[in-house]
Amino acid sequence: MRLPDRLEKLRQLFFGDIVRTFGWTSLLLLLLLAVAPAKHFFADWHRYQRGYERLISKRSDAVTLRRHFEPGIQQIWLPEMGVVDRCTTCHSALKETTLKDVTTQPYRPHPVIPHKPEEMGCSICHRGQGAATSVEEAHKSTLAWEEPLLPAKYLESSCGQCHQQDLKGTPQLNLGRQMLSQYGCVHCHTIKRPDGSVITGTDDPPSLAHIADKTTREWIYAWLKDPQAYSTTATMPNFRLSDDDARDISAFLTSSSTPASLKVVQASLDEAKKVKDNAALQTKAASLYGESFCASCHAVQNAAGNLVGGNVGPELTKIGSKAKPEWLQAWVRNPHDYDPPTGMPHYRFTDQEVGELTGFLLAKTDADLLANVHLEAPTPDQIAHGKRLVNDYGCASCHEINGIKRPENFAPELTKIGSKPVNQLAFAPGVPHTLYDYIGAKVKQPRAFGPSLKMPQYTFNAAQIDALVNALLSHDERALTMPAAKTVPALPVSHYEPAGKAGQLINDLNCFECHTINGRGGDMAPDLTWEGSSVQREWLVQFFRNPNTLRPALIRRMPKFNLTDAEINTLTDYIMTVYQSPKIDRDSMPLAGYAPGQVELGKQLYYSKYGCQACHIIDTKQDKGYIGPTLTHVGSRLTAAWIYGWMKDPSMLRPGTQEPKRNMSDEDARALTAFLMSQKGSEKQEAKKR
Amino acid sequence: MRRTACMVIVLVTVLVTGLLVGCSRPSATSAALPKPTAYGAAIVESSGGKQTAEVGTLLTQPVVVQVNDQQGNAVTGALVVIRGPNGTYLDPAAGLTDSSGQFTTNVSLGTITGRYQLVASTTTKTGKSVELKIEEIGLGYQEMLGSALNDQYCARCHNQESTPQRVSNYDNLEVKPHPFTEGDTLNKLSDADLTAIISHGGPALNKSPLMAPYGYTLSKSEIQALIAYIRMVSDPPYGAPGIVYAQK
Ligand code: HEC
Repeated sequence: MRLPDRLEKLRQLFFGDIVRTFGWTSLLLLLLLAVAPAKHFFADWHRYQRGYERLISKRSDAVTLRRHFEPGIQQIWLPEMGVVDRCTTCHSALKETTLKDVTTQPYRPHPVIPHKPEEMGCSICHRGQGAATSVEEAHKSTLAWEEPLLPAKYLESSCGQCHQQDLKGTPQLNLGRQMLSQYGCVHCHTIKRPDGSVITGTDDPPSLAHIADKTTREWIYAWLKDPQAYSTTATMPNFRLSDDDARDISAFLTSSSTPASLKVVQASLDEAKKVKDNAALQTKAASLYGESFCASCHAVQNAAGNLVGGNVGPELTKIGSKAKPEWLQAWVRNPHDYDPPTGMPHYRFTDQEVGELTGFLLAKTDADLLANVHLEAPTPDQIAHGKRLVNDYGCASCHEINGIKRPENFAPELTKIGSKPVNQLAFAPGVPHTLYDYIGAKVKQPRAFGPSLKMPQYTFNAAQIDALVNALLSHDERALTMPAAKTVPALPVSHYEPAGKAGQLINDLNCFECHTINGRGGDMAPDLTWEGSSVQREWLVQFFRNPNTLRPALIRRMPKFNLTDAEINTLTDYIMTVYQSPKIDRDSMPLAGYAPGQVELGKQLYYSKYGCQACHIIDTKQDKGYIGPTLTHVGSRLTAAWIYGWMKDPSMLRPGTQEPKRNMSDEDARALTAFLMSQKGSEKQEAKKR
Repeated sequence: MRRTACMVIVLVTVLVTGLLVGCSRPSATSAALPKPTAYGAAIVESSGGKQTAEVGTLLTQPVVVQVNDQQGNAVTGALVVIRGPNGTYLDPAAGLTDSSGQFTTNVSLGTITGRYQLVASTTTKTGKSVELKIEEIGLGYQEMLGSALNDQYCARCHNQESTPQRVSNYDNLEVKPHPFTEGDTLNKLSDADLTAIISHGGPALNKSPLMAPYGYTLSKSEIQALIAYIRMVSDPPYGAPGIVYAQK
């Protein structure tokens, strides 16, 4: 039989008459229609829902669980936040706390967090494709403009989309944000928060306008080659400069430097020279260094190689290989002369003391640091080349340099880096094609993306890099478009300035480096906003004269600034009148004259009902508490009104204090106030102090 | 006709081999284990066990194990392989012991809150495998919050160890509190007991007033977070019969 005949036969078989045609067509249609339910039946989510039903059928609370379970495609729709999330279709048990032991996905209950899925959706935190209904599409979409799910270690970045303030539960995000400011990233890259404010640096890079007065060209060369060789804690990154480039930049910087007006006192210089090479004088100078609490801010490496001291100012382990003696003695005398906005306070040292400290510091050298640095006098070509390099590398983004303008937007803005489409990124070889891997690789080894790139090399460890990726991912499109009502803006920056002569003193002593007043300042020492309501005038005067620390467990301490009586009076008057709390009337309760019965009752409450001795010392023979301040003199230090207010609610007076609120009755608070006000310290000690 | 058939066959072959090569590429890159140059008899933990870290993140300290011979001397060049529950990332997961007989690896925990059991193993001369179990703890958001609150409010009394930033007050207390890792005691207290003593202080459970009430300072969810943290770090582990290890 020929082919056409066979086909004709087939046609006859199926469509030979009207009945056959109808029958077969119906069958075909039916099959086509069945495709839809079959697709449904074989869909991922349907399989998972059946799996879930099997799982809960074996549980003891199967009935409740089944009642909660809703089959079919589920959806969380929050139009104002742009959320269309169908994740709950498969993740059926997100809210079932009784399934806590289940570790198989997608059936795990959600770990406890402060938000509910129905008010936030899922993709705001986890990213991924919320509207997708297949596993592949939802979790790891490969389409360039879409986002894959975030790995757990970057989840905190999502909190940062709305929360511009630090949160207790997001240590990584907090660290990353702190690093953006601390390591100077924001000097080159502009990063704007959703409210439009720009993130600023906290690293305070020094001006290089008078660098030649401060240090030698050889030191600059060694530093440029490897900042961490001088100080492991240096925040300046390594620009991987060639020997010639470092030679030329150091040539340009020294030649462009102009003289600063340094106050050079020959007596101090002579003393420094004496102290530098004399072991006995070194020991004496070391104790002046200790008494002045320089170590509260500056670290020095000890013999075991550990850094001891604070990280507010630069590490001083090798300062003698860096600083010129004339500059160092002038700096110790008054750092504001050289660098007006510096954070270092103006101690009122005598010329003799200045010399001792200078000599002490000059002895801190490292013979290896400059051993191999030999530079010839620079040629004009080298200086010109150095200037070009300074421009090319954007040095003036961070440092003030004579003859160089600060470049605007030297590096790409990072305000939307967290939603940068992957297809706009150029990946280095070996880096997986996701945004978070890109950012991580870039921070870790920028020049791997191309040897001609300018971004310098930092020495971050893996945890620091993860923290930075978290902070950067939080700056995305979503953060910028989130309705304002849903966000927690950053704390406004306080530009509080104290007024008049006291204001000048407060700035000269740089109180704000450690203390906060009216929202401005550091957190190393107590907030002084309401100090005037809190302390007695006479105590404050004594404290300025001799600031013995109140808290035995503190390692950082208030230094003695050697203030004159007139200066102390100015400061004390200002604090007593201006830094008053509206919640405390300091004169509403007397400082003395409480009934012995009240005092005795207070003592009982102190030791038995409230167990205050757990944290405080009143009786130095038996009390050992080591958390709060010693209270042996509290009756001559604090006002009664402040103590009473503190008993009622400590965190109202000092937010974030460790002392818990006790919900104390007025009588108890009064009795404890009476007892504490009776602690005036022993007469002998008082006499000795005067 | 023949030519077409031939071409079809060639095309199909090319396609199939292409596909096969493409598919088999990932497995080809998985690194082969290094060849041991020596064999030990035992494997012991040097450091890095019992750490706590946020889930998904790197443990602060690397895990270090040591391979010893029968006499207890360190063995250099023995092969150590470490495995962890699904989601744990080990860098590296296998290697030879160094000149002091040690093998060091950086561990990132998986995404599930809970205890992670790592198993380090080495082969002896006779081909037998000896194993060492190391436990780490992954904290979720709630436990991390509890951990931060513990640092701020509780650790000075409840942790015997001092750090440069925090001098312990433990020795100064007349009645000694329990470190939160002390499961033998703390596991016997119900969640309600813990809530009571944290909210209302020691006297709520007839205990010392040196334990102050925190119910007017911390919110309910903060106290829950503290309890979640206490439960998570307790040793022996709290709760469920047997240990629930995080796994896929
Ligand atoms: C001033 C020291 C101190 C601080 C701070 C402190 N505790 Fe305690 N805590 C104690 C003492 C002492 C006990 C023991 C009481 C007893 O056994 O009579 C105790 C007991 C406990 C107990 C009962 C179990 C045990 O150890 O006996 C829990 C739970 C507890 N504290 C939780 C906390 C939490 C949570 C915090 C932080 C919010 C905290 N504590 C802060 C001193 C302190």
